[in-house]
Parts: sequence; structure tokens; C-alpha cells
Amino acid sequence: MAAFENKSLYQYEYQRSPDQDAKVPVRHPVVVIGAGPIGLAVAIDLAQRDVPVVLLDDNSRIGEGSRAICFSKRALEVCDKLGVAERMVEKGVTWQVGKVFLEDDEVYTFDLLPEPGHKQPAFINLQQYYVEAYLVDRVLELPRAEVRWLNKVSTVEHLEDGARITVDTPDGPYQMDTDWLIACDGANSDIRAMMGLDFSGKVFQDRFLIADVKMNAGFPSERWFWFEPPFHKGWSALLHKQPDDIWRIDLQLGPDADADEETKPENVIPRLKKMLGDDVEFDLEWVSLYTFQCKRMDEFMQGRVVFAGDAAHQVSPFGARGANSGFEDAQNLAWKLEAIIKGRTGADLMQSYRFERELAADDNIGHSTRATDFISPKSTIARTFRNATLNLAQRAPFAQSMVNSGRLSTPSIYLNSPLHIPDNTVYEGTAQLGAAAVDAPLQTSEGTATWLLDELGPGFTAIAVANGDVPDEVHGIDLHVIGHDLLDSEGLFAQRYDARPGSVYLFRPDQYLCARFRSFDAGAIKIACEHAMKSA
Amino acid sequence: MTSLNINPNLADPDRCYTAIIDAHRGLKDDDSSELNARLVLILANHVGDREVLDEAIALARTGLAPITLPSEG
Repeated sequence: MAAFENKSLYQYEYQRSPDQDAKVPVRHPVVVIGAGPIGLAVAIDLAQRDVPVVLLDDNSRIGEGSRAICFSKRALEVCDKLGVAERMVEKGVTWQVGKVFLEDDEVYTFDLLPEPGHKQPAFINLQQYYVEAYLVDRVLELPRAEVRWLNKVSTVEHLEDGARITVDTPDGPYQMDTDWLIACDGANSDIRAMMGLDFSGKVFQDRFLIADVKMNAGFPSERWFWFEPPFHKGWSALLHKQPDDIWRIDLQLGPDADADEETKPENVIPRLKKMLGDDVEFDLEWVSLYTFQCKRMDEFMQGRVVFAGDAAHQVSPFGARGANSGFEDAQNLAWKLEAIIKGRTGADLMQSYRFERELAADDNIGHSTRATDFISPKSTIARTFRNATLNLAQRAPFAQSMVNSGRLSTPSIYLNSPLHIPDNTVYEGTAQLGAAAVDAPLQTSEGTATWLLDELGPGFTAIAVANGDVPDEVHGIDLHVIGHDLLDSEGLFAQRYDARPGSVYLFRPDQYLCARFRSFDAGAIKIACEHAMKSA
Repeated sequence: MTSLNINPNLADPDRCYTAIIDAHRGLKDDDSSELNARLVLILANHVGDREVLDEAIALARTGLAPITLPSEG
């Protein structure tokens, strides 16, 4: 789309696979389509769980523009289990302050004020190609994962308990069978199209110019959002910092913008000069024109074909809910597939992936739609209310809470998930049943600092609080006891989980809290664990 | 559970009504519209109850027929 060359930062090699010479299609437990962040996350998670996985990508390089830049705390927690969060945080720009402007005036400032005592920061900004490169480095370390570049799927057909695909390569096509096919091939998913599946929702009329520019500018590491700025009258604009002196700029252009014209440097540069000032020198790294869309598939699974990330659901970018929710999809499905493939439960467990992640998609689409409607009002009266809100926000705190320049991604809560045991009493604290574990600093009995999330293993983990007795082991569950092998010196676990002597908390393999009890009963924990592995 | 009070609740309804009309005095239509929007938001926040707000919206909308909008695609 852009009239200049996109840089390709990382190049990988096509290699011929023995599957291409097989007389009959070789069958695999899992084939993942698309080596974007979500496909890579699925492949790494499965391979770390000792599940063999083949990852196909129709390309052989990374670096097609920045795209996603804003990674949430939850995404970093997922990536930490995948072994890449340290690199992401080290390279990324950690930020927590956002400013909202109306015309020339600052309407208000928000501070995400990350609560202390979490391993990961609230948000980092990092170009998607770095995240992908770190994930590729990681997946290539794993003997259970095999990545095949320049492998493009051309047909999909359902098999009894599986799927057969045809894959085009530089050496010609071959076929492969798989028990599970995971489609992570993005918003324009070929797999979805080949299967003739519906992808419907709301398309916003306004178009947005998204540019990454390289400049040495004195702006702070904050998210700045303008409504009707003087340099871009009547529209909105966003400025956000990335590593390497790269800045993300979003400019709303309205419904009539012409993609080919607007992405030409001779048209982009004057717009940016108006925003940044004539004396700021910058280089264009990447430009694209977007029409925002909020869409999802009716069902995230068809037979043994599972859709994750943008292939299953698409949101507009304000709120950073695309890649971040995709990581949550990946994490949700990997442990379930492991349990099914290792014969610990039936294939019906994957129905809970649909239940939980379709719920999450609706939640994210709701947030994204409301933000886009606020940023780009659909009628005169909607604009009047929007501007009334912005005006009041300068004087009345209640109106600040209504200003919606994107509600930043937080993990969805799986309310009423069939996998969870409802609470039988009231719990205070920020931890919630059906929500991702809230991190807390802990110490080992030797006094070494650790984090709650680091103590949650790849399987089910119960965290109990000592009340004198040492609890019985529960078969197949990692058990930690605060007061024995772990210490809660700062009292933050107790505070966040409303934990008292005898309390016990059961976390799923994806760190979601699925049951909690006021007293330790090995039988009840075992039942809760079986319940969370149960077919829907 | 509170519900919308549709019975007289203001000690001096005539003067309250006049106060609202007077607030618009001298304003252009656009600014009048902005004033109304601000008032709705301020009062909605003061009410602080989604159910009451929903009832108020339903009552206000009674008898106002929507025109057919073109599909948003």
C-alpha cells in the first residue's frame, strides 16, 4: 500500500521437509498456520508442554511495518511463560502516563499507576517485529516445534477427528493431516475464507493514517491523544513512543480518504510537519491507511479447526486489544490441547475455549466499538455530547471517566465459565474467580525473592495458606503452602486474595483462578481440578 | 432498588423550569445544544444509577419515532 519500501528486518530460510516426500500424508497432532505473534505463542506453549507442533508460514521474513506496538501486562505475563518477556521489557519503552487534549488545551492526564508488587509493568511499547523475532528465536530452541517458512496452505478439508491440508512450497505442493489445525493467519485469514466462514461486525467509515516516524524529539514517553487538534482540525491524533526513537502517529482522516494518495510520502510528510513543527527532522519508517473494523467469527472452532487472534476476531486499534487478546487466546487453548492430546480428557474441553474466548472477544469488541464511536462520532448530536464531555472533563472529574480515547487492554474475566467452581463465600481483594492470577511478591523458605506467577507451574497449581497442619498432597497438582515453602512477607498475597490461614486457591495451567476455598480439603481440590478439565 | 421518580419533586417547579430556559438565553443553537448535552451528563452522573437513567431515557423517548437510518455496512 505504501509507496516506499518496507524494511525486512529478519529473514528465515525455507527448508524442505521429509513430509513433502511422503507417499501418504503424514499426520501430526497439531499444525499451526501463521508465524505471527499468536501462532508463534501457540507453537511455543505447546512445544514447551512436550506436544509436537508444526508451524507453517506463507512468508519467510519479519519486518513488514510496526503494526501492534502496545503490549499489556497480561500479554507480558503470557510471554514470560514463553520465555521472551525479559527481552521485550528490556527493549520496550515502559510507559504509564497518558494525556488527552481538546484543541489547544490539555483536558486531563491519566497515570496507569501500576500497583507495586507485580513482576511485569503495566504496558510497554515495542514494535511487533521485535516481538516476533524474539518468539522465533525461542521457538527455534524447542525440539518439539518445527517451523516451515514459505509453506502456504491452499486447501483445507475436514477429516474424522482432524483436518487435511494442502501446502504450496517452492518445491511444489504436498499434503499433511493433523488432529488439530490452529489458524492464526490474521484478520484476512485465508483458512477462514477457504472454509467459507462468516466474519461479520461493524466497519467504521472513518479512515486513519498510521505512521511510524524516526526522530530525535523531546516528547516524553507518554501516550498523547488529541481531539480536534489545531494541527489537524476537526479530527483526532495520537502520538506514542516506541524504541529506537520511533514514534507512532495516528491521524484520523475521515471516510473519503484515498489510500493510495494518503500514504504517498509527499502527502504524509506535510501532515506530519503540521503536527510536529517545521523544524523537527524525521524519517518515515512505515505508513498505512486503516479502516477500523470490529468483527468476529460466529464460532471460533469448526470441527478440529480452531481460530485464534485476529483470524477469529478483529478490533480497532485504540485500546491495544488485538495482539494482547490474541496472546490470551493462545494461552487459553495450549493447555487444553495438551490435556486432550495426552489423553487426560476428551476433545470437548475445547468447547470451553469457544465459551471463554468468544466472551472475551465480545468484551474487547464492546470496548473497541465504544472507543471508536467516541473518537469518531457518528452524528451531530453524538459529536455534541462528545465535545460536552471533553469540555466538562477540564472541570469535573466525572467527565474524565467518560472520555474514551481507548480503554487499555486488561484480561477478560471468564464469568460463569463451565470450568470453574462458584465461590461459596465472599472474598475481598482484587483477585477474582475466573480472572487471571493477580501477581504478588513472595519469598521462598530460604528467603529468595520470587513472584506468585513464577510459582504457578505448567499444570494446575494450588496455593494454600498454612494453618498449622501441613496439607495433604493432591495427585497431579503442584502444591505450595504459604508459611511452609513460600512466604508472604509483604502481606500482598493475603491482601490481594483475601487469604486467611487455611485458604486455598486453585489456578489453571493458564494461571486463571478456577476455585478457592476457606479450608484445605484435598478431595474438594481434586474435584475442582477434574471439573476444570471436564468436557463442556 | 430506586426507580425513576415521575411525581412532583421540586419545591418550585415554575422557577426551576424558567431557570433551565434562562440558561439558554443568548446562546446560538449550537451552543444551546452543547449546554443541553452538558446538563444531561452532569445530571446523569448526579443520579448515579443506571436503572434510573434507563427509565428516564425510555420516558424521554416515548412518542419520538426514529427515522430509518442507512445501514452502517
